[in-house]
Amino acid sequence: MSQEIEVPELGSVGLLRYGWRQLTSMRTALILLLLLGIAAIPGSLVPQRTQNPIKVGEYFKNSPELSQWMDRFSLFDVYGSPWFSAIYILLFISLIGCVLPRTIEHFHAARALPPATPKNLDRMEHHTSWSAKGDELDKARAWFKSKRFRVLEKDGSISAEKGFMRESGNLFFHLALILVLLGISFSSLFGMRGMAIVNVGERFVNTTTSYDSLNYGKLFSEMNLSDFALTVDKFTAKYNVVTSAPEDYTLDVSFAKGDLTKAEKRTIKVNSPLKLGNTSIYLQANGYSPVVTVRDSKGNVALQGPVPFLPQDANLRSTGAIKVPDADPQIGFVGSFVPTYARSGADGAVSVFPEALDPRLLLSAWVGDLGLDSGVPQSVYRIDTSKMNQVGLKSLKPGQTFTYPQGSITFEGYLQWVNLEIVNDPGKNFALLGAIVAILGLLASLFTRRRRIWIRVGNSVEVAGLAKNAAPGLDVEIAEFVAILRGEK
Amino acid sequence: MSRTWAYLSNYLVYSSMAVYTLSFIAHAIETAWAVRVTTEDSKKNLDYKRTEKVARVATAMMILGFILLCAGVVARGVSASRVPWGNMYEFSITGAMAFSGAYLAALRKYDLRWLGLLVSIAVLLTLGTAVAVLYRPSAPLVPALKSTWLVIHVSAAIISGGVFLLANAIAAAYLYLDAMESRGERTAWAKRLPSLEDLDQLSYRLVAFVFPLWTFAVIAGAIWAESAWGRYWGWDPKETWAFITWVAYAAYLHARVTVGWRGRKAAWLCLFAGSTFLFNYVYVNIWGTGKHTYSGL
Repeated sequence: MSQEIEVPELGSVGLLRYGWRQLTSMRTALILLLLLGIAAIPGSLVPQRTQNPIKVGEYFKNSPELSQWMDRFSLFDVYGSPWFSAIYILLFISLIGCVLPRTIEHFHAARALPPATPKNLDRMEHHTSWSAKGDELDKARAWFKSKRFRVLEKDGSISAEKGFMRESGNLFFHLALILVLLGISFSSLFGMRGMAIVNVGERFVNTTTSYDSLNYGKLFSEMNLSDFALTVDKFTAKYNVVTSAPEDYTLDVSFAKGDLTKAEKRTIKVNSPLKLGNTSIYLQANGYSPVVTVRDSKGNVALQGPVPFLPQDANLRSTGAIKVPDADPQIGFVGSFVPTYARSGADGAVSVFPEALDPRLLLSAWVGDLGLDSGVPQSVYRIDTSKMNQVGLKSLKPGQTFTYPQGSITFEGYLQWVNLEIVNDPGKNFALLGAIVAILGLLASLFTRRRRIWIRVGNSVEVAGLAKNAAPGLDVEIAEFVAILRGEK
Repeated sequence: MSRTWAYLSNYLVYSSMAVYTLSFIAHAIETAWAVRVTTEDSKKNLDYKRTEKVARVATAMMILGFILLCAGVVARGVSASRVPWGNMYEFSITGAMAFSGAYLAALRKYDLRWLGLLVSIAVLLTLGTAVAVLYRPSAPLVPALKSTWLVIHVSAAIISGGVFLLANAIAAAYLYLDAMESRGERTAWAKRLPSLEDLDQLSYRLVAFVFPLWTFAVIAGAIWAESAWGRYWGWDPKETWAFITWVAYAAYLHARVTVGWRGRKAAWLCLFAGSTFLFNYVYVNIWGTGKHTYSGL
């Protein structure tokens, strides 16, 4: 005997409503919250493109197959991945769906009077009674008022309630989290972030072409680049003489905003960026640029000036490339700059201190095709020597010249460079405001106790109370209340 | 001068280890003797008095060890004229100080002496590792650490960590006793430990108390990162794990307050959340990459 079970039809509206109720249920929110935590884990174990593109490259080199599969699941971009976004967007929808109705409810509840005193107070917690003297209600009224309880007085009884800050704090906390998220999204849409290497003595004008790398949000327009220019006057680095660890970096600049002809002296340090509205200028890294003069065989200058090299270790041994595309044939130098020179058996020339106490420039000269005309973008710090021939190898002190068949190169000296990071983050103040409100709300919600206290005065006085969420401390409060009513305090 | 202070700091840390060892021994004796003090009647007899006496000695030694360790941490700071939070050795001795401090503070309100054995072992292990493996000579700070936020951010993080670990120890005790009770009665030595319900409440209260502080530590870190590194949040491994810890404890609080989890499930969640904190401290500091590489190892 079979009987079909009748399933009431949900219909599309019903289905939506069902889905919405499921999504905004506390259970779902809790699962999403835990999922968000778990989903954040892979990003801390697998290198991420935004932080460590070089390591990601190594992954691809070492195990291409696996890396490709990992890339398909966005494991190198976890925090921008569709699945990570899906979790936090669902979580925030769930949060809004949960918090908004509660806010409305709380708004009404906060303006309502407490419910009337229950009939049988002896069934409530902390119940005490004693024979009345007559002035208890007045005393109770005064005490409730001084403790800022909300009261309802009716038929010789007072019902008092306190602790609405608990729910208010809770709601503010969750609403503030939404504000934090909005601040972050606002920044990613309207913000920008760029890096530029500037030699000491050079000038940086804030236009898109001045940057070595520049990222901006979808809705950021170049017109929004703040109008400023700065000249790097002086860079001072102090190092520990024993450990070589940096102790202080100070960057002095001439800073001009708006009217670029009027500059003022400003200082940038690691923990104090230069701020201009929403734009901040940070000192992120530093290094050396050897200054060289390259001449052809007739003695004409083919290239002159500082060439930034990239630091490779804590003692600022730096490597780089000097390219002379205008020479015929083209000439390139693969170089290594050591600020304080020493010889080590295994590694050859090494640097033993980050300050330029005894600088050397080690060069290997190459002649042939630099490959610059092929259209393939290449690093300014490296030379593709596949179509070139090595013509010499030399270690130079400042002022020395290395002559080879096609010409010569002179190591004139060096300049320091600084890497400036320029960030426009218009949403960060919203995020900060959200964070502050969130903490205050959290404190209010975790440390406020919601409770009711009742008193009824007839032939005898009856007092009782009720603490929500089993919060401790009501017994002490009621004992104090009773002591005052009985005139013991 | 700075060298003298660094030596003084080392001696103070060594002495505190000696005193913590005495505390550990006293706690061990107390635990052994307490086995015999099982019923209310026997509280009047000699065993009880003896146990109580040795428990007092254990706590007194713990306080003395704590004071010595505080002095050691301060001297370490004076030796480099900065707050002593520049590398992992310094984090560890401060963390051990915070953990035993959290225990002593909680002791004022709750009788937690049964936990003293565990606390003294944990402190000794941490200090031992710090002295033997993590020790680095006292040195000035790198420029990125030279900020007032170092004091604010790191102290909030260390205090939160100390209390989280205490809550973890209590949650672990809960699970252990819960398993014991489900097999039958508690064995003699465990009878003096608080009821399961009390343990459950206690670990919750500790977490609820310190969760806002942890939130503050994360936000203070973000504000500092904004001025030192040019962004307030960059999913650096340390930041990621701080976030995971935050999310895990947020889930724990929601599970308790809103969904009504109690007992075993809540204790497991508490342990999970605490282990994310430990992972962040040990793994990310030593093997992790990213910008929080101040372990000096």
